[in-house]
Amino acid sequence: MVALGTNGWNTEPLGGMMDLQHKIDVPETSSPLSVNPSGQATAAQLQEERSIIEVENVDFYYGSNHALKSINVEIPEKKATAFIGPSGCGKTTLLRCLNRMNDLVLNTRLTGSIKLDSKDIYDPSTDVINLRRRVGMIFQKWNPFPKSIYENVVYGLRIVGINNRNLLDEVAEKSLRRAALWDEVKDNLDKSATDLSGGQQQRLCIARALAVEPEVLLMDEPCSALDPISTAKIEELIHELKDTFTIVIVTHNMQQAARCADRTAFFYLGELIEVGETGKLFTAPEKRQTEDYITGRFG
Amino acid sequence: MESQHTDKRYEEQLKKLREEILYMGGLVEDQIQKAVKTLVDRDSELAQIIIERDHEVNRLDVEIDDLCIKLLALHQPAGRDLRFITTGLKITTDLERIGDMAVNICERALELNQEPQLKPYIDIPRMARISQRMIRESLDAFVREDTELALKVCKDDDEVDQLNAQIFRETLTFMLENTQTISRATKIASVSKYLERIADHATNIAEMVIFMVKGKSIRHMKDLPPSV
Repeated sequence: MVALGTNGWNTEPLGGMMDLQHKIDVPETSSPLSVNPSGQATAAQLQEERSIIEVENVDFYYGSNHALKSINVEIPEKKATAFIGPSGCGKTTLLRCLNRMNDLVLNTRLTGSIKLDSKDIYDPSTDVINLRRRVGMIFQKWNPFPKSIYENVVYGLRIVGINNRNLLDEVAEKSLRRAALWDEVKDNLDKSATDLSGGQQQRLCIARALAVEPEVLLMDEPCSALDPISTAKIEELIHELKDTFTIVIVTHNMQQAARCADRTAFFYLGELIEVGETGKLFTAPEKRQTEDYITGRFG
Repeated sequence: MESQHTDKRYEEQLKKLREEILYMGGLVEDQIQKAVKTLVDRDSELAQIIIERDHEVNRLDVEIDDLCIKLLALHQPAGRDLRFITTGLKITTDLERIGDMAVNICERALELNQEPQLKPYIDIPRMARISQRMIRESLDAFVREDTELALKVCKDDDEVDQLNAQIFRETLTFMLENTQTISRATKIASVSKYLERIADHATNIAEMVIFMVKGKSIRHMKDLPPSV
């Protein structure tokens, strides 16, 4: 649906410009990526977006703790979506619901539905292993296996019985290249993964996740323990990866969300307060709570 | 009740920025009032003082710019703070230009004061009053985040434009009747044009205030919206 302003007058901010456009002979059809001055996506742009994940009326409980309250949000395909909000707002909980990581936590309960490609992932027929292959996850603290760099990357293939060396080599190189790590490790693939720097280990974990060709990559504070240069490399990587994958990133660093994400969702006390185009959310959010949070006001 | 920033130093600096912009606005408003007075009262001494005082306006322009850039670099503002700071940057540019116009009025006054008065000044002080009021109200709107007042300023601009057109016609008539008056009449027409420009700058400020408060731009629209 096209988001129009609430006041009649601001829906056509280019009204006065159309005459000018004719005079200087500019084609009337705007590029699909153009955004009108009010920061709202154009109809063409919205049509292009396809939701890969649809979260509908999701409530989530840790025992009696009501952690998520009727969440409705769509994750557009091949875009980066950021979840922001103060600690305990539910952003990580929702992220972990997207590939059923919360199944591993005792005494939790979810109502509502989460659909991946229109199929409910909480349906009893869902193969959870396959789901987590399609929806990979990167954690706050990198967690490579105590094996070589090479074996880390191809681990996901090995456990499903793929041992063809040529294929594994190919996948290892492709994944490490995609994770922007290849040039740094290509001569030391047999070295232990734990000898790499923190930033390299995190990119190795990204390569490992990419090796099984996921569709969605969930990132839970992937840079919170990294220095600014490593952080910049991961952020650059996010920009490149979203041509191929859908990315959902949880971050405490608002500037990171502003830099990386196409869309940003703000959570507060288990509720989704506002979700929208990142540029709009950080310059002129609709809700007062969002405004107070992004400007550093609490109370 | 306005919620406060967790970072008190940031809060202080935003407050300082607001105060400096208001101080600059007050100074510029006074510059215009006095500039027109030098013309009406034929007071060349005052004109020199006003020209000299433009340095203070320029100093504030640089100082406020500097403060805004520091705030942007050190605090990475977002949301309404970002809109406030970027609006501040633009407002000072307009205020600085208004200050220059006051100097231009004084320069014409100095020239006109050396010749016999062409006509009693009636419309020029009227224009000056409206322009001054527009500056004051645009800054009031800025402080109070009052978009209705800002919209009123935008509408008032028409009145100044009409007065400018009227003065232009009048001075043209003088020139047609008597070529001896051309030099003086063109200077009076210039002063009128300066005042018209001042009102335009006040309108710019008002438009930016609307952006600051609502996050929506009304600039370059064919017709003003009835309300915001």
